[in-house]
Amino acid sequence: MSTLSTGHGASTPAGGGSVPDTRRPGAARDSGRVDLMARLHEWTVTVDHKRLGILYVASGLFFFVIAGIQATLMRLQLVVPVNDFLTPDTFNRLFTMHGTTMVFLVGMPVLLGIANFLVPLMIGARDMAFPRLNAFGFWLFLFGGLLLYYSYIGSAGLYGAGSTPDAGWFMYAPLTTRSFSRGNATDYWILGIMVSGFGSMTTAVNLVATIFSMRCPGMTLMRMPLLVWMMIVVAVLILAVMPVLTAAQVMLLFDRSLGAHFFNPQQEGSALLWQHLFWFFGHPEVYILILPAFGFISEIIPVFSRKVIFGYPLMVAATVAICFISLGVWAHHMFVAGLSPFLNALFAASTFLISVPTGIKIFNWIGTMWGGRIRFDVPMLFATGFLALFVFGGLTGIMLAVVPFDWQLSDTYFVVGHFHYVLIGGTLFGIFGAIFYWFPKAFGCKLDERLGKWTFWIFLIGFTLTFFPMHISGMLGMPRRIYTYQPDRGWELWNLISTIGVPLQIAGVSILVWNIIRTLRRGEPCGDDPWDAWTLEWATTSPPPEWNFHEVPVCTSRRPLWDRKHPEDPDEHYE
Amino acid sequence: MSTMSDPARHHESATPVSREAVRSSPRPDHGSAGGGAGGGAALVADGAWRPARGRVGVACLIFSESAFFCAFIVAYLYYIGRDRSGPTPWQVLELPPVLVNSVALLSSSATIVMALHALRRGAIQQFRLWLLATILLGAYFLYGTGVEWNGLIRDHQLTIATNLFGTTFYSLVGFHAFHVTVGLLLLSLTLVLSLLGHVKPERDHGRVDLLSWYWHFVDVVWIFVFFTVYIVGRQPPGGAT
Repeated sequence: MSTLSTGHGASTPAGGGSVPDTRRPGAARDSGRVDLMARLHEWTVTVDHKRLGILYVASGLFFFVIAGIQATLMRLQLVVPVNDFLTPDTFNRLFTMHGTTMVFLVGMPVLLGIANFLVPLMIGARDMAFPRLNAFGFWLFLFGGLLLYYSYIGSAGLYGAGSTPDAGWFMYAPLTTRSFSRGNATDYWILGIMVSGFGSMTTAVNLVATIFSMRCPGMTLMRMPLLVWMMIVVAVLILAVMPVLTAAQVMLLFDRSLGAHFFNPQQEGSALLWQHLFWFFGHPEVYILILPAFGFISEIIPVFSRKVIFGYPLMVAATVAICFISLGVWAHHMFVAGLSPFLNALFAASTFLISVPTGIKIFNWIGTMWGGRIRFDVPMLFATGFLALFVFGGLTGIMLAVVPFDWQLSDTYFVVGHFHYVLIGGTLFGIFGAIFYWFPKAFGCKLDERLGKWTFWIFLIGFTLTFFPMHISGMLGMPRRIYTYQPDRGWELWNLISTIGVPLQIAGVSILVWNIIRTLRRGEPCGDDPWDAWTLEWATTSPPPEWNFHEVPVCTSRRPLWDRKHPEDPDEHYE
Repeated sequence: MSTMSDPARHHESATPVSREAVRSSPRPDHGSAGGGAGGGAALVADGAWRPARGRVGVACLIFSESAFFCAFIVAYLYYIGRDRSGPTPWQVLELPPVLVNSVALLSSSATIVMALHALRRGAIQQFRLWLLATILLGAYFLYGTGVEWNGLIRDHQLTIATNLFGTTFYSLVGFHAFHVTVGLLLLSLTLVLSLLGHVKPERDHGRVDLLSWYWHFVDVVWIFVFFTVYIVGRQPPGGAT
């Protein structure tokens, strides 16, 4: 393997020992004086996949805080019956912007950002396949997000901004037709999300090309880390469904600006077509949001259980199966729209079917932990929290796939509880786990364990307090998206508990942010491989140099770093 | 397959030595395309499949563009015959000029193949001629579409706002025409670069090949659009005219 070493890296031992800190992202080069403008310029023009990954995550967290504030305002409005803290209009705008922001400006960019950072390192490549396209994608996403938020500036008319979108993150026609949505709010939604959607698509192209074309010697497809497998499936899903959303948005834009009739029922257009197109994108979108989290968990659980992932080929097969089945389940969002019983049965069946590969994954993660020497560091805490909460959210999902049950509970808080369990308990816990796990790789120092545990427990309790009661208030008949309610419905207690959970979640996130800032300012260097992990990203220095690896790594099994640490007992015999 | 874009850094790297190391280290990313002499073969000794990244990129682009067109085709099919008011497709769409147009566009797929063959042989002059032929055929198609639209708007008062037929027709056909336009711009750019002497057969054959993928894709989309709009969509309901 040493034949592949470069002139420069030949003297550096594999895995790197102590390499001078000069290549740390953002570190001052020669003199001690840091020129802020120069540093900003450096980050603005960067095409380095690691820096872009960090930029993605940072901007995602920024939007996360904004969307969290919006959620807090909504919970405050609902804390007691007949509250007039917010006007109905404001409430509509809040839930629209909260949903849109969380899905498009938090979930996707953070997940794609982590993928951006990790995938080239994990497959032993020097960069993404198209570095400049990568940078372009990030800036498209950011400007798309800013364009959406521009609609906040100047209510009712400044630059035609009108106000913010208020028709829900799914923008159902005919609510979004000219007659019901005046001003330009909906146009801001269309254009902002379209632009950041182009950004996601460029990243997806880049991921596919990187993973297929740039794997290091020995890295066959079946030796790739599971995270890389999940990411390629996510990228393919993005390429398959984001253009459909873009097409639907173009149609809506034509309706609104050119007087076309795609979704205008008064001109024979169909509101159902929007639902079909939107959910053809929208349901795979939740797999786009959850599969990377599956990937994070699949990397974290083996390392902290000191065991090889259980059933690697089955995990890969399940991931690919989820990709295909997820393209055929969209109409389960439309059981109450009046499709035929045959279609309802078909989509109920496909929804049940998709729980099979998902269940396989859950069992494999538990199988990996079974009999392992488990270390409950913070990443592992989040991984196990993920398992518990995702199983719960998955089960309520199966309940909702039962058509008569869905007829009862569609558009109630039960559904709100369900998807927050999946998207927060799943995606967000996965992201938090990933941040704790890979932070040392990105910045060379570990986040504080004690503060991390506080984050986990406080956030978990707050999360449960907020979202578990929603199942109950939903079953008691509380509809989604109402801005207030009468005191005689029996919903007061559950809404009160829901709102009490909010400050706890805020506290958890604040501790995380404080932890990150504190560690960035004065964290102790922790070495290149603080978790004693097995995948290639830990084979280089922390933080990695600009060119990632001093010598091109070689891979002989699924755990190349294990092989390097234990040459007497290489992994390949066990595959 | 040549390098699509060197991942050259825009910011200064740590030391000149390491920068040189970045440049000279073997590149694992060229795979079966055989990047350079030496190293390449040893690097892919695992026998794993590694396509050239430019091809994967363009294949992804075509895949997502197909999804985009699918949405518009589905919308077109969904709305056929739903209009309460005219004009309807069977009243106003004329087949003969569109057939001529289609023949022009589809033959341009053949001419770009000829151009590519010429480039591979190193016959740069023939390459330019075949490329010019491709551009002219594509331009004729656009011209024909313009004539058709002009007729529809002037003689039949059919605009995108008239009825669902107008809505879906102009969106679908318009997006295809837009893609033809983008392709024509890229082809013209290639022709200009070649006339200025910037197209080198051995170096740029791969790039022109990728451009031809896009052009073929535009043609294939036209086959689907033609079938949807002029065959399926032109059937009068119940055989009445």
